Amino acid sequence: MSDIPLNTSVAGVPEAAAPRQPPALTTGPAAWLRANLFSSWLNTAMTLVLAYFIVRYAISFVDWAFVNAIWSVPNNQTAACRALKTSPNPGACWAVITEKHRFILFGTYPYEEHWRPAVVCVLFTALYVVSAMRRFWRWELAVVWAVTLVAIGILMWGGVFGLSYVPQERWGGLPITLILATFGLAFAFPLAILVALGRRSSMPAIRVLCIAYVELIRGVPLISLLFMASVMFPLFLPEGINIDKLLRAQVAVILFAGAYLAEVVRGGLQALPKGQYEAAEALGLSYWQKTGFIILPQALRLVIPPLVNTFIGFFKDTSLVLIIGIFDLLTAGKTAVVEPAWQGFGVEVYIAISVIYFVYCFAMSRYSQNLEAELNRHRVR
Amino acid sequence: MSQSAADPRHLRTPPKRQLRLSWADERIRAIVWQVLIVGAVVGIVWWLVRNTQHNLEVRRIATGFGFLQREAGLPIGEHLIEYTPASTYLRALTVGVLNTLKVAVIGIVLATVLGTVIGIARLSKNWLLAKVSAVYVEVIRDVPLLLQLLFWYTILQGLPAPRQALNPVAGVFLSNRGLRLPFLDWEAGHSWALLAFVAGCFATWFYARTMRRRRMQDGQPRPIWPAALGFLIGLPVVAWWLGGAPTGVEWPALRGFNFQGGMTISPEYFALLIGLTTYTAGFIAEIVRAGILAVSQGQWEAAQALGLRPGTVLRQVVLPQALRVIVPPMTSQYLNLTKNSSLAVAIGYQDIVSIANTTLNQTGQAIEGIAIIMLVYLTISLSISLFMNWYNSRIALVER
Repeated sequence: MSDIPLNTSVAGVPEAAAPRQPPALTTGPAAWLRANLFSSWLNTAMTLVLAYFIVRYAISFVDWAFVNAIWSVPNNQTAACRALKTSPNPGACWAVITEKHRFILFGTYPYEEHWRPAVVCVLFTALYVVSAMRRFWRWELAVVWAVTLVAIGILMWGGVFGLSYVPQERWGGLPITLILATFGLAFAFPLAILVALGRRSSMPAIRVLCIAYVELIRGVPLISLLFMASVMFPLFLPEGINIDKLLRAQVAVILFAGAYLAEVVRGGLQALPKGQYEAAEALGLSYWQKTGFIILPQALRLVIPPLVNTFIGFFKDTSLVLIIGIFDLLTAGKTAVVEPAWQGFGVEVYIAISVIYFVYCFAMSRYSQNLEAELNRHRVR
Repeated sequence: MSQSAADPRHLRTPPKRQLRLSWADERIRAIVWQVLIVGAVVGIVWWLVRNTQHNLEVRRIATGFGFLQREAGLPIGEHLIEYTPASTYLRALTVGVLNTLKVAVIGIVLATVLGTVIGIARLSKNWLLAKVSAVYVEVIRDVPLLLQLLFWYTILQGLPAPRQALNPVAGVFLSNRGLRLPFLDWEAGHSWALLAFVAGCFATWFYARTMRRRRMQDGQPRPIWPAALGFLIGLPVVAWWLGGAPTGVEWPALRGFNFQGGMTISPEYFALLIGLTTYTAGFIAEIVRAGILAVSQGQWEAAQALGLRPGTVLRQVVLPQALRVIVPPMTSQYLNLTKNSSLAVAIGYQDIVSIANTTLNQTGQAIEGIAIIMLVYLTISLSISLFMNWYNSRIALVER
């Protein structure tokens, strides 16, 4: 035992080292704050500056939108609202929404019949929700769609079951936006599948036709197609045949959406491994059997997220019909502030309409993200 | 044994079958289908053309592009080239095309800068910054552009009249007549300086390329910045000085009911530019973020392990790889911005759509008017996608 170093204690335990600081917290709110907001002096400065601006603007926004706001005025007397706009403590005039919300939502539809377009909007929304649930992705869904769309037609036009007849010129507001978006996508989607298949076809003439259609439409803005629908379509048709403006705009939207959706579908067709095509052919399936049973179910599944993104784009793009004077939600909002009493309150109206568009688009975008995660679950380890 | 028989590829090609005139032969079926479909399309087009001709005759609408040489008589507020209402329709439409390009080019530059900043901010380690950027992207992308344009335009119109104009910085006035900025008293010297700057850009690019090549050969580092400084700043200053060194600045001043002097940015143009930039930036931010995330963490770590500085890692390792992911979707955003600039018609900025629309209302020649709009946008779209495809092929991964 003589070779034991002298500085070791008797029991053979090394002498205690200098006491060390406990490790910094790695969990809990304090650690989170340090890691995410104050990790360096630069980060701290950025956090403080941002927080200052956020608090400042949030306070002035809350003041404007809630504290100082006027929620209703009697008999279109907007003097109080106007005084508020130029006062040192400006506030929103939500009275314009209180007064005009029926007009913004339903346009010039007869006032006492407003429950009909309201039910239509609920039906459309319910249809979207049901179609979004994967457990309902069966062929019966097509029947549900057909029945709902017929019901919507009956409700809007009326003339049967004791409902009074409302001509299409008097429709307006949110139902028009939903009609344009829904029918546009319902017809554009099959068209897009055909065009995407045609673009990958082995027949040169059909391929050239499809490429010309897609590239031509994608090269021009939607407005030029809408103008075409509003001023050129009447020239194309034989004398005496008149198609109303809404239907012409609907055709333009379908043609436009078809080209963009076709490119998305083509992406899915290209991403599918070649073996799937060859295996289907080796089984002796005909072209349509191969496409319908083997290729499309897989290819469409691959492109669901970009498809939903394209849907969101078209939902927003329906607002462009404002330019050719069709009475959709945005046009109704713009018209609501034309009346002299309510002039100058456009900002309030546009914010209210933004909220409606935002709710629909945000729901779709969240849904697309969830779906993407769900469909990719097998790839994530 | 002959050469061709030994070639295994020759053996694999199927023998050419005789074309049988029967429905069972798929080549015959293909021909029949194509003839039928092309025939149907041609038939429909022919029917439409015949209807149109008949309708045009009945309504006594003139055809052809002769109207382009007639006097337009429509006033245009903003024009980059000289224009009066007495000018021809052709001149008016040219002004419209230039106005479209003016908003599209500046919008693309601003949206790229703003979008890149927001995209990188969304990846920041700072939680607050990342959240603010995420909320911006989500809100901006879920509200229609047209609505945003109307919103901005309403806000700009709600600004005080010129007499009570906002004056955030000396010489800058913001009123319901638009933005007024002080501007140089433009003289020949300025033009020379601008020309020298453009020449300097080319010279810098060429110099940098040559130096990089030399460096590839001998490995000696050669700083580029002294020459670049000389080309980009020295050259224009010399040109400005030689041109007489003009120093006059025009300050906007209130005279009567409006401002005089300085540079004006009209509320229409301003609203359109803000709307297009902020909207497209939301999409570009997502593209940039996806591009940076697509470069795997291992690339960062490997570059750091080689001892490269963070800036060099970003420039030489990460960015070149991220750009490959970024460029194709960025192209379509640029195209979208250009096409979306056609929404100008809703807020009264006179771009090509607005002017062509007025033209077709005045002359009644709808087909020609819409054909012009489509032709202009097709040309712009094709040019942008050709340029971006060229750029894309330059930065694309070179595989074996």
